[in-house]
Amino acid sequence: MAEMIKKATRESFGMAVTMAARENPDIVVLDADLAAATKTSIFKKEFPDRFIDCGIAESNMVGVSAGLATCGKIPFCATFAMFAAGRAFEQVRNSVAYPHLNVKIVGSHAGISVGEDGATHQCCEDIGLMRTVPNMVIINPADHYEMIEAVKAAAEVKEPVYLRLGRLAVESFNDPDNGYKFELGKGITLHKGDDITVIATGLCVSEALKAVNNLEKEGINARLINIHTIKPLDRDIIIKAAKETGRIITVEEHNVMGGLGDAVCSVLAEEYPTAVRKLGVEDRFGYSGPAKELLEIFGLCQSNIEKVIKEELSK
Amino acid sequence: MNESEKKLLRQLACKVRLGIIEGVYNAGSGHPGGSLSAADIYTYLYFKEMNIDPQNPRDPDRDRFVLSKGHTCPGLYSVLALRGYFDSGELKKLRKVGAMLQGHPDMKGTPGVDMSSGSLGQGISAACGMAMAGKMDNKTYRVYTLLGDGECEEGQVWEACMFAAHHKLDNLCVIVDCNGLQIDGPVEEVGGIEPLDKKLEAFGFEVFKIDGHSFDEIDEAFAKARATKGKPSAIIAKTTKGKGVSFMENQVGWHGAAPNDEQYATAIKELNEMLTGLEAE
Repeated sequence: MAEMIKKATRESFGMAVTMAARENPDIVVLDADLAAATKTSIFKKEFPDRFIDCGIAESNMVGVSAGLATCGKIPFCATFAMFAAGRAFEQVRNSVAYPHLNVKIVGSHAGISVGEDGATHQCCEDIGLMRTVPNMVIINPADHYEMIEAVKAAAEVKEPVYLRLGRLAVESFNDPDNGYKFELGKGITLHKGDDITVIATGLCVSEALKAVNNLEKEGINARLINIHTIKPLDRDIIIKAAKETGRIITVEEHNVMGGLGDAVCSVLAEEYPTAVRKLGVEDRFGYSGPAKELLEIFGLCQSNIEKVIKEELSK
Repeated sequence: MNESEKKLLRQLACKVRLGIIEGVYNAGSGHPGGSLSAADIYTYLYFKEMNIDPQNPRDPDRDRFVLSKGHTCPGLYSVLALRGYFDSGELKKLRKVGAMLQGHPDMKGTPGVDMSSGSLGQGISAACGMAMAGKMDNKTYRVYTLLGDGECEEGQVWEACMFAAHHKLDNLCVIVDCNGLQIDGPVEEVGGIEPLDKKLEAFGFEVFKIDGHSFDEIDEAFAKARATKGKPSAIIAKTTKGKGVSFMENQVGWHGAAPNDEQYATAIKELNEMLTGLEAE
């Protein structure tokens, strides 16, 4: 059994990209004055000659990454999600995705769990923005082990990738020594059940897992699916769940508009219309506060997920 | 540069201009003004300055060109066709459904196009990335990027300039086509970028100011740029928008408009007469 590791996925990313770079000399890392926060500092320490600090100039950083990619490099270009997907959106679209360049856009400190920095830095729109860009792959890993595999996959696939990282430490639940397998574009059933299905992504997966495990004691058998790749989306696992369990709940640290919930809804609306309850940030801005407290207030915690499952089952 | 070489470049530039008019006329839209102003620079880059091989457009050791002012791609397409990257017949299909030549450069579809561009301010950053890759890999290729003067109003241009100087990208040469006009009017009335030379110097560039239609001055500036070490270079080329077609010269309306049948015939006649004159010299 693999060791349980409690780490923020940003830190796992820093380790993972450094590990991947040992195998692949084409990997380079760019940052915009946030190396200490995005944890690209881990890479910088081992590969100073392959690390480019671009200063506080995210738009230029994305363009520089595009230029590097045309010359065969595999740039991982990291900054906060707010700036990677938000400020530099058009550079990502026109300089990276349109020419289909092999650039990995890394959006750290995504969602409200940024905490005390408050609304200006709590990006709950990045998945929505990146989903609408053609050619873009979106990966939102849920724990340490998933991040390690996600970075490997991102480095291997010759596509533009948006990789979402969180600031808050999460306990690992995936076990690479016990059947955990990461496959780009494939959802993972973490808990079997036929009463209802919970589909979660990123930071919310561990909370959802605790919720469904706890409800099992009360005789509620909820299926839990971890969607680490939001685009391309595993349509089959979603349609199968809708057919077998009916009602669906989605959980994400993102605006309920444009994120995982909407992606699930759009598959089901076309293939197998099913009632979906979307748990997420209800189209509003966040505010300052400790991350854990905010996640509770916004309902992205074990207790609220349990409550919502019960509500849905009583309908 | 000897006289016969200069004469040849002038003739080629005339042919590039003919291709621009051909493309924009057949498309019924596009940007002739800024394509014509930069025609001499395009010609010099692709026929004299750059180490390139049309038979091997993806050669990893080639010099690169990024057209940051992507809307003036009729000029780039015309020079690429003339240099043999693709058949000149493609120019007549410019901007049409299914055409290889898109309204703005598409590196995936057009041989010789090193970077997709068109959204102003972005090309120079990509050029910085290419120059950076060259430094990291100890390659000797050079990277050229052409900007418009109006484009210098984009903030990203200055982010890229700071980056280029900070990383001592002496393999990067930025050319600014200063034709003085942008869509809404004269650059100095709309945005105001002057003093551009002092700004670029302050940002860490070695700056050369030239007449962008004089091959002697173009030749000298590129030679000096190549000799510049430890910092990037910038060539500020003063040009005439619409250069070579009398009724388009210095007219803001020809930034993004296609000639009608009559105007097309006049433009072609003028350029052909110029070409005949040069060939008779």
